[in-house]
Amino acid sequence: MPLDTSIKSVLVIGSGPIVIGQACEFDYSGTQACRVLRAEGIRVILVNSNPATIMTDPEFADATYIEPITPEIIERIIAHEKPDAVLATLGGQTALNAAIGLYQRGTLAKYGVRLIGADVDAINRGENRELFRAIVEKVGGESAKSRICHTMEEILEAVDELNYPVVVRPSFTMGGLGSGIAFDEAELRQIAGAGLRHSPTSEVLLEESIIGWKEYELEVMRDNKDNVVIVCSIENLDPMGVHTGDSITVAPAMTLTDVEYQKLRDLSMDIIREVGVDTGGCNIQFAVNPKNGRIIVIEMNPRVSRSSALASKATGFPIAKIATKLAIGYTLDEIQNDITQVTPASFEPTLDYVVVKLPRFAFEKFADADPRLTTTMKSVGEAMAIGRSFSEALMKALRSLERKEAIFTWPVVSETERAALMQSMRVPTEYRLQQVQKAMWAGASIDEVFNATKIDPWYLRQIELINQQAAIIALPGELTAELLRTAKTQGFSDSQIAILRGVSEDEIRKARHHLGIRPVYKTVDTCAAEFEAFTPYHYSSFEEETEVRPRTTPAVIILGSGPNRIGQGIEFDYSCVHASFTLREAGYETIMINCNPETVSTDYDTSNRLYFEPLTLEDVLEVVHAEIQAGPVLGVITQLGGQTPLGLAAGLKANGVNILGTSPEAINLAEERGAFGNILAEQGLRAPQFGMASSQLEATNIAHEIGYPVLVRPSFVLGGRGMEIVYDDAALGGFITRATDITPDHPVLVDRFLDNAIEIDVDALFDGEELFLGGVMEHIEEAGIHSGDSACVLPSMTVTDEQRDEIRSATEKIARGVDVRGLINIQFAIADNVLYVLEANPRASRTVPFVSKASGVPLAKAAARISVGVSIKQLRSDGILPATGDGVARGVSVKEAVLPWNRFRRTDGRGVDAVLGPEMRSTGEVMGISPTFGESYAKSQIAAFGPLPKAGTVFISLADKDKATGIEPALGFSELGFHILATDGTAEFLRTKGIECTTVRKHSEGTGQMGEKTIVDIINAGEIDLVINTPVGRGTRADGWAIRTAAVQKSIPCITTTAGFSAAVDAIRFLQASPLSINSLQEWLA
Amino acid sequence: MASAYLVLDDGRIFEGSSWAATGKTFGEAVFQTGMTGYQETLTDPSYHKQVVVMTAPHIGNTGVNDFDNESSKIWVAGFVVRNPSSLTSNWRAQNDLEEELIAQGVVGIQGVDTRAITRHLRDRGAMRVGIFSGLELTREEMVVEVRKAEAMSGAFLVKDVSTPATYVVPAIGQKKFTIAALDLGIKAATPRSLAERGVEVHVMPYNSTFEQIMSIHPDGVFLSNGPGDPSTMTDVIEVVRELLLAEVPIFGICFGHQILGRALGFETYKLQFGHRGINQPVMDKNTGKVEITAHNHGFAVKAPTDTEFSTVYGRGEVTHTCLNDGVVEGLALLDKPAFSVQYHPEAAAGPHDASYLFDRFVDLMSKKVGA
Repeated sequence: MPLDTSIKSVLVIGSGPIVIGQACEFDYSGTQACRVLRAEGIRVILVNSNPATIMTDPEFADATYIEPITPEIIERIIAHEKPDAVLATLGGQTALNAAIGLYQRGTLAKYGVRLIGADVDAINRGENRELFRAIVEKVGGESAKSRICHTMEEILEAVDELNYPVVVRPSFTMGGLGSGIAFDEAELRQIAGAGLRHSPTSEVLLEESIIGWKEYELEVMRDNKDNVVIVCSIENLDPMGVHTGDSITVAPAMTLTDVEYQKLRDLSMDIIREVGVDTGGCNIQFAVNPKNGRIIVIEMNPRVSRSSALASKATGFPIAKIATKLAIGYTLDEIQNDITQVTPASFEPTLDYVVVKLPRFAFEKFADADPRLTTTMKSVGEAMAIGRSFSEALMKALRSLERKEAIFTWPVVSETERAALMQSMRVPTEYRLQQVQKAMWAGASIDEVFNATKIDPWYLRQIELINQQAAIIALPGELTAELLRTAKTQGFSDSQIAILRGVSEDEIRKARHHLGIRPVYKTVDTCAAEFEAFTPYHYSSFEEETEVRPRTTPAVIILGSGPNRIGQGIEFDYSCVHASFTLREAGYETIMINCNPETVSTDYDTSNRLYFEPLTLEDVLEVVHAEIQAGPVLGVITQLGGQTPLGLAAGLKANGVNILGTSPEAINLAEERGAFGNILAEQGLRAPQFGMASSQLEATNIAHEIGYPVLVRPSFVLGGRGMEIVYDDAALGGFITRATDITPDHPVLVDRFLDNAIEIDVDALFDGEELFLGGVMEHIEEAGIHSGDSACVLPSMTVTDEQRDEIRSATEKIARGVDVRGLINIQFAIADNVLYVLEANPRASRTVPFVSKASGVPLAKAAARISVGVSIKQLRSDGILPATGDGVARGVSVKEAVLPWNRFRRTDGRGVDAVLGPEMRSTGEVMGISPTFGESYAKSQIAAFGPLPKAGTVFISLADKDKATGIEPALGFSELGFHILATDGTAEFLRTKGIECTTVRKHSEGTGQMGEKTIVDIINAGEIDLVINTPVGRGTRADGWAIRTAAVQKSIPCITTTAGFSAAVDAIRFLQASPLSINSLQEWLA
Repeated sequence: MASAYLVLDDGRIFEGSSWAATGKTFGEAVFQTGMTGYQETLTDPSYHKQVVVMTAPHIGNTGVNDFDNESSKIWVAGFVVRNPSSLTSNWRAQNDLEEELIAQGVVGIQGVDTRAITRHLRDRGAMRVGIFSGLELTREEMVVEVRKAEAMSGAFLVKDVSTPATYVVPAIGQKKFTIAALDLGIKAATPRSLAERGVEVHVMPYNSTFEQIMSIHPDGVFLSNGPGDPSTMTDVIEVVRELLLAEVPIFGICFGHQILGRALGFETYKLQFGHRGINQPVMDKNTGKVEITAHNHGFAVKAPTDTEFSTVYGRGEVTHTCLNDGVVEGLALLDKPAFSVQYHPEAAAGPHDASYLFDRFVDLMSKKVGA
């Protein structure tokens, strides 16, 4: 069936902020959807609260609403825009939930809007456990066996059938409280006994354990003619028990025969039909018993998922794009395969390479979080690599993670260490594979490791072969061409070979080049070379034939930002993609290098050529070499992908590669504290006093000289500890002992901390002559909270015109002093009317997309043009920058950070502390835009955390240092009619200021004699609507922590700064007075 | 590891290492794009005299077992892989792949750029090839030997693969029909698929006569897959014509489809590099639905795809085409009970999308019986 012409306009629902489990893969899928729909002449209306996405660029939709993704708001958009259909299967769980919400509210029926992709019934059948279980049974599949029990006798009876180990899940307890795995009767009695007590209905579910089974996923697509194809099979190297998002995954499946694979395929097809996903993609997960092949169907996602993005990148089959075409009426056979251009999309991709995806974690940011990997996803990003063998792909993926600890090493391992490794690998953690590799290096057998981990022996054998090769490389004697070639074929980097040989990486590279051993580049083509490929989507391998085609147009190579991590995520991909778009428009060929499968930059049609490669010096140099062989290369852009490419700039330049834009020397000037200090001094700018201490005593002396509070951080990071603000000698001493390994080689940096300063973030462009100020953002949280975790507002609200002029002038001085060509981001602080420079980064910043959206100025595009030699003057006359003046924000835009507190637990099962600090912990951001600060802030809070209460009870607990600034907002809440609760100290203080409040018991005081509840009990009882709790230093010890974690667990908004407190007053005041306004970005920018 | 060479007819040589049996072997170089199912491929008689290049980079991971064999032995003339597995991991595995290949004397080569070979064959067409493993020959000597080998065009290979005597695969459950399956290189999955549908299958030698076939009173005749050039199959084609006149329901697959095509008066021709894989999209022109199918053919039938055609046996039509390249994938007579497909409804290896064709054959026989 061709295009359904009754669909003239479609509302696409995005996935909102980047959170763990829902990352920029949905920007990739949503962007594809928007492009497809517009290409069909369909009017696209988009709602997404995440400003860092490509899809929310005004050019991708006809009406872009950067608004909270709630059914209420979407209903208003529908009422205003009157779309014919809603597409919600490409925006993750967020969009799917919103669609269900719209259905339940009757919005879809009221406005006569169709849900396309999957209807509500299909979504329910896919997501409701019981309905899905019935479907699995109906098609002849099996689900994990389970029994509901109410007594210990029933439990012991059930286990006879289910066998040990058995999973115990008490019914109706919060957050999985009391669940566990029992391996024998004693454990079962203990766990299930507690479970029966915990459960309000004295009920536990006993389920057969499939931990340790092989885990597979199939990506399935179906069209409206009931054609079904399997796009990709994915095998998890980590067996059942680890969330697939946290698992090492491999495509295609490596350890199934055809007979076994076809069983999974048949089940998948029967399930998608029975669930009734009419058009589009879904993902079905299976567990397979390695002993007998018994198959258990685990679950399905009736929508495009993270795995779909991975499968798309792994196969070249663009699932989201095709799902969108199917949703508007096309069938698979009517859609062309972009890559071959002659064959249709109604086929199953076949791979002649191996893809490995590795998760990237951020445990170092959450020191007290339980590091064990479980069925709750904890990773924040992923890297993918492609090779012509598993080991090649694995070794590339390991170095793509940009974690020193991830890369295999071959040190001497003692017997004790080996025993310890054998023990630790039993529990999956971030570096389990490295433990496996090291233990096997120390002699552990495949059997031993299999017994400890249940990782398929086939993978263990590959690790063993890598170790054997390492042993050969390390042997004395000549490094022959054959040996080197074999090592490269297995994926060894020059650096790994160098370490094994005890020479420098550079020497190995020289020797290798001298022997003529360089990678060739193969093509991802969906068909194992059966048909010619027209999309240059390449990966390296050490083989005979390269497929890089000659070029005549000058090319610009753009380095992406690698795996998402906290502090470097989608915002940088945004800038890279923009650079590619604008340089293509300017007549260059663009070449993207990146290894993050979730991104738009690794979509094969973003750039002229795509190299899916690790972002290391070796891998990038080889691509540059290959492209120079292919045609003229203007140079490499390193300033848009964040710290990753920036860190490569100097090495590339040293190897003769032309760096476009800001030079590596200039980057160094900004990064090196001494040199940067000199620039500031020359320009008459001030920075907070600082010192470097190489001993405890020295640190204390410096702190005394500067004056407390000080910001301390190790120059050498141990165990991921970051920086801390300390208020006295004791805290300073404690930090140094706890978190640093202080020596003259590893000094500690001590900075003056500007208490209660306003922090300012500036994004600007400089071309050597002229400065363009993109925006001056004011942080809502005071200095001391990492800028990435702080909400901020554009335009700045409290900065005076004089201060703004001063900021502009300082920005220009720094840009000129550093000699920037392109973007620069500077953080300032204003304390007691004095402007301080905190730091400058001569690169695209996290806030570039936010500023671009708030002002309508494409900063990243302008930066890319500047880096190829275009002046700001020229950009003004080309219309890329405004004809005159700086960037002007339309309306008031607020950016709010989203934090992953609810994802992490401590090993004791309790929550991690939800407190902001100088170390960044947020995973994503949202934006609220409206005519006033109060409304924009309200929107940002709703988008980030859910609804703000308009009335009810607020609990306030202020640290002494915050009492003065907290009084006004407390008064505000009182005036807004909120009932205020507070513990002793705060209550007394509020009363002295004439604010009425009720005193409640602290958590540490315990329940009162008359049964008076503590604040934590009250929160747990759901009697609090908003929590204000400002911590002293690191944690108001147990009390504050207990309050904040209780709020997080109950999903009650929790504000930890007085600035946030004040902003909340503005927001609630607005919400009480009037409904939220909605306006598309296009209207704002018109 | 000793060196091994893959030497193509046009002089291109790929160097790799010895694997499986050593020595030399010759055949037609073809590539196979399935990611699973190497054991089924190896034991598929249609690959007789072919040197198979596997595009999937890891081969042998799951070893071999007795259950997945498609015939009693390995038929490929040579086996070309990128990374053979040095460890077998699967609960059904009974032997290691390399050991099995050595035991059956199949020469292999590993560590070659299989993608480059595939691209070469795609662009230049399937051609003669030799593998020379652990031998001391010059490049010129190797090329000369390859060029002396037999070409696939004009090759009559059925005699090598067909059963010498009839054997019977009993119906599973209640027997509904009896058929004669002409063994031109039949795979075990075919009689199995039919038996599951209550069909007793008499697998008969390729050179069975019309009378011999009719002597079992078949409700239908099945024409199997097999190796070689369909234009050499004149005797079998004659038998098929007699069966058509006798209005015995006929179902042909792969080679059997080409033979039915020729019996209807169509020509067959050699494809540039053939279809060998398990991801081929075929459109059923009557339902408009797409099935993902297993293919293994180097030849195809030339027939009009846009209109009905007429034959001496009445009207007919092309029922299926390959969506990748428009090749004829299915034929049916409209007035006589005969149809065929170019691909493999029995799968093994491959998807089960086309298994409905066996049901269609059973229906055809039911109608005939009913009539």
